[in-house]
Amino acid sequence: MTRAEQIARQGRWLHARRKLANAVFLAGTALATAIALTALALIMQTLVVNGLAGMDLAVFTMSQPVQGMAGGLLNAIIGSLVMCAIGMVIALVIGILAGTWLAEYGDGTRLATVVRFLNDILISAPSILIGLFVYELLVAPFHGFSALAGAVALAILAVPVATRATEDILRLQPYALREAGMALGADRGLVIRAIIWRASRSGLMTGALLSFARISGETAPLIFTSLGNQFVSTRLTQPIAALPTTIFQFGMSGDDNWRRLAWAGALLIALAVLATNVLGRALMRRSNAK
Amino acid sequence: MSFDPPAAGQKTVMIAPPVDDRVIDVHNLDFFYGKAQALFAVDLPVARHAVTALIGPSGCGKSTLLRTLNRIYDLYPGQTARGDIRFDGENILDLARNSENLRARIGMVFQRPTPFPMSIYDNIAFGVRLHRRVGRADMDGIVERALTRAALWDEVKDKLGASGLGLSGGQQQRLCVARGIAINPDVLLLDEPASALDPLSTAKLESTLLELKDSITIVIVTHNLQQAARISDYTGFMLSGRMVEFRPSSEAFVAPETRQMQDYITGRFG
Repeated sequence: MTRAEQIARQGRWLHARRKLANAVFLAGTALATAIALTALALIMQTLVVNGLAGMDLAVFTMSQPVQGMAGGLLNAIIGSLVMCAIGMVIALVIGILAGTWLAEYGDGTRLATVVRFLNDILISAPSILIGLFVYELLVAPFHGFSALAGAVALAILAVPVATRATEDILRLQPYALREAGMALGADRGLVIRAIIWRASRSGLMTGALLSFARISGETAPLIFTSLGNQFVSTRLTQPIAALPTTIFQFGMSGDDNWRRLAWAGALLIALAVLATNVLGRALMRRSNAK
Repeated sequence: MSFDPPAAGQKTVMIAPPVDDRVIDVHNLDFFYGKAQALFAVDLPVARHAVTALIGPSGCGKSTLLRTLNRIYDLYPGQTARGDIRFDGENILDLARNSENLRARIGMVFQRPTPFPMSIYDNIAFGVRLHRRVGRADMDGIVERALTRAALWDEVKDKLGASGLGLSGGQQQRLCVARGIAINPDVLLLDEPASALDPLSTAKLESTLLELKDSITIVIVTHNLQQAARISDYTGFMLSGRMVEFRPSSEAFVAPETRQMQDYITGRFG
């Protein structure tokens, strides 16, 4: 056998082995993807079919029914909107300022490294712990569940997301832009407020939407804080209903009408999260395109 | 082709403008990025109402030198300068960090255009408002004058309310020049302002600078030797953090004295 033939034979064997390994690996990844997508599709299908079946005008116009009576989710929808709105305001003020500090002032300091690390931990903190924390902080001392406590719990969940998003977005702005502002004689604070924040507007909006998406479906932190309320309420010191807690309560019941409403509520949350995500991503693309 | 780095004791070949004509006089300047020294005992006399060009291969310290003149390096903790930068009778290295007064008198234009995310009008008004109260009518005049001097007025006069980000690269860079001169600085620093521009935009920018130098002193860092030769009155050639030659441009490009500058301008390295 000549040397060329030897090399060719060895090569064929090695090539065949590599091709086989590649095929096995490809099949494995494809299968895993298929399983994940199938699960998602089944969830979406169940959600849409059952949710649409439960959807009618009364869902938006009537409050929670007693078992066996007609009713809707108005109290829960309003409660969720109230708590999410207050929670978002708190979270955005704190998150944007904290993220700005991390990106603009704290950069490179040890304190910033620690804050960033703790913030990342907080992002993945179990939300039920945050519910318990706010229970100890705002519910137990005042002897009552309240919408405000629920909003604070949601805010604590959203703050680390908003902080992280803000820092990431501000870092995208070129250093020359900051230098250009400083070179005109502006101080650092003004450069950040008038130039950097403005240049990051759509990115910051995306961050806000993503934090909203994060908290809008949260149940655990609300069970210990806002509790629930079968009537429409907007009083911040009183218990208030919310979509996730209502779904939790209705979904576990034996009442068909309640379970029907639970599905409708689940679909509403899913659509809200989907809409904010799509909107957030669209804004992001627009800001990247610039 | 290699080149000889300047020896530690190599003296700058210097034919400086008369002392009375100097707006800025840099003497014995050292600069440090943290512990790494980037400038070594640099001298730079900047003549009034003239264009001074700084040339040299990448990493030679020309941008670093420029960035000390308005102390923009103050933004970065860890960057320090030592020596003497005489401007209007005082050593600007003695000023407090981020002196707004200094920045009002020494403007800067960067390598890439940096329009602010606001209207063309506000891009210019922003800097002016930082330093004085101006009524709307006066501001209109200031904006028009600045844009006219930067040779941009005719192109944008009908869309002053449009975003500065919508302009072409060359227009954006002239907007940045307009923004810089609107606050009436004594000196305008330009850090490779044409490196991101096409030849036509570059030519426009250069003619703008030539007109400006009647009223403003200009210091420009450039990689483009033809550009330096075309528009500058004095040229400083730097290498490895040292000023190797500083002379009137008319002589510097015709008969460089050091071997290093000869090699550089004939394209043998850099």
